[in-house]
Amino acid sequence: MSRRAALRRHPLARLVVLVLGLVAAGSGYTAVASQVATASPASTSSVAEGHRLFLANCSTCHGVNAQGRDTAPSLVGVGAAAVDFQVGTGRMPAQSTGPQVPRRPQPQFTAQQIQDLAAYVASLAPGPAVPDAAAVDASGSDPSRGGLIFRTNCAMCHNYAGKGGALTNGKYAPNLSSTTPTHIYEAMLTGPQSMPVFADSTMDPQSKRDIIAYLESVRSTPSPGGWSLGSLGPVPEGLVAWVLGLGLLIGCAVWLGARAS
Amino acid sequence: MNEDAGHEGTERAMARDEQAAPQRHEGTAPPPEAATHLPEAPARPSEAADRAYRESSHRSEASADEAGPDRFGDPGLPPHRLRRTDTDPRAARRAELQVAALFALSVLGTLIATTSYFLIGAENPSDALTHLDRVHGTTLGVGLGLFLALFGLGAGAVHWAKTLMSDEERVEQRHPQRGTDAERDEAVRILREGAAESGLGRRPLIRNTLLAAAAVLPVPAVVMLRDTGPLPGKDLATTYWAKDRHLVRDPEGGRVRATDLELGSVVHVMPEGVDTLPDATEERAKAAVLLIRLKPEELDEKARTGAYQGIVAYSKICTHMGCPVGLYEHTSHHLLCPCHQSTFDVTRNCSVIFGPAPRPLPQLPLAVDDSGYLVAADGFGESVGPSYWER
Repeated sequence: MSRRAALRRHPLARLVVLVLGLVAAGSGYTAVASQVATASPASTSSVAEGHRLFLANCSTCHGVNAQGRDTAPSLVGVGAAAVDFQVGTGRMPAQSTGPQVPRRPQPQFTAQQIQDLAAYVASLAPGPAVPDAAAVDASGSDPSRGGLIFRTNCAMCHNYAGKGGALTNGKYAPNLSSTTPTHIYEAMLTGPQSMPVFADSTMDPQSKRDIIAYLESVRSTPSPGGWSLGSLGPVPEGLVAWVLGLGLLIGCAVWLGARAS
Repeated sequence: MNEDAGHEGTERAMARDEQAAPQRHEGTAPPPEAATHLPEAPARPSEAADRAYRESSHRSEASADEAGPDRFGDPGLPPHRLRRTDTDPRAARRAELQVAALFALSVLGTLIATTSYFLIGAENPSDALTHLDRVHGTTLGVGLGLFLALFGLGAGAVHWAKTLMSDEERVEQRHPQRGTDAERDEAVRILREGAAESGLGRRPLIRNTLLAAAAVLPVPAVVMLRDTGPLPGKDLATTYWAKDRHLVRDPEGGRVRATDLELGSVVHVMPEGVDTLPDATEERAKAAVLLIRLKPEELDEKARTGAYQGIVAYSKICTHMGCPVGLYEHTSHHLLCPCHQSTFDVTRNCSVIFGPAPRPLPQLPLAVDDSGYLVAADGFGESVGPSYWER
């Protein structure tokens, strides 16, 4: 009996094979599943740093265990994508309560700090992960199909060209002209503030990329009609017609009726 | 009667008063002797009418004598004011240059419009711009150029007329509207003669066929207007939704599983197979539905009857004017119509909480099939869309 055959028949051999198989299956599953729903793997130090930041900056409203309070919702299960969107666009930490927390040009935290916060919130309960660059890359997507989906699902609030619009009681749908593809994707995934959720189960990732492709094509398309007036629709068009157009006509009428000096 | 203007002493004012005088006697409440000073109107065919008018106006003035004049006298024209361009040759020269500049601006505008059409032109393949950039440039160039061309022309003409052309006030007499008796008699005679010559009374065949031709003339209009029908019948009250019809996503397609809907999510759906109908556009317009998931305990009892585990479906067609109601705020559960701000509370069976909508949005009752896909438990219980058909 060779040495190898003896090892194979060792009483612990079956146990070793079982453990190896379980580890392979488990890590294989994690590798596949983490792309779908759970947070990207984060180191313990990142979670700890995120917890420290959370306690210092967020716990006043969201509670020390992120369980939520009267003024702020629970963050258990919102996922890393929600944190990356809210903190990455400068909306959180909110500076005051109001109908809606506005976007700020500069987020309060660095990219690393946002990642730590997201890792901490994702460690509380599984939720949507931050999509990676490939998931939001719209270069091969269909802006025409994206336009169809956008006009049915998004345009009633965000305007047909993504320029935003008013809602009730001081709330509004923000302008999407400068929103990054990642933030657009995360907003659909998590439904921040008044916006409903468009999860991957009801709107597949390719449709989301098509929407991003549509928004990018709208940004780079010049207005064929001349002056686009911000693509805001009838309000600025009416304003220009009534104030500039009618103003010019009234000015002409006054001039026609006035005597020359 | 010329005292008011006479002290001006200028020849211009005198000349004007002479022109204005015949006009004045009509409106003036004169001192008693004024009537005798009236200059005679020049002899015209309507002299009789003029005289009659003068007499009647004098009568009314006499009766109002006690209470003071019932109308105020014509104050005449204000003294003519000379413009700067009338007195200062330098100002006139300046105005001339301004008019010329406006006309030159018009020429420039025409050039801009023409050259931007040809140089930027949407059909010009030789330059580096993209097609839409060229369309944008052409539209702006042609629009601004034509504005300058037309506005410069008009403004130049007006400025010319206001500053350099004569602005002397002149009075012209209005012609009397009534003809003389002789003219009126002549007109009546011509009409009578025409009627007699046509012989309508003597030739009943012509009269009757003429009446028949006029009577049948509206028939083509009736036939053509009738073709805009038929009346809608039950079309407005029914939609393609029926029991066990699957909900599919709009516009991507694909059935919706109840478990796919996360809390707070919204899906725009259509009945499965609506696109295969011959009148798909009309059917889609009536059948649009918004699918929303809330917590079941947030819904009131009425909303919960048609809900499936907190998933509710409501017609997307506003009951006010038929706009698509799509602005859903998932924190307040308000559904807002973009056209006239009608606001519906989803937790209270889409009852109207603000705006002009007269009734709640109709609810589509939901169920699931054996595989867990959402289906309609029934059609809409009432007609969707604007309520004005019932009023």
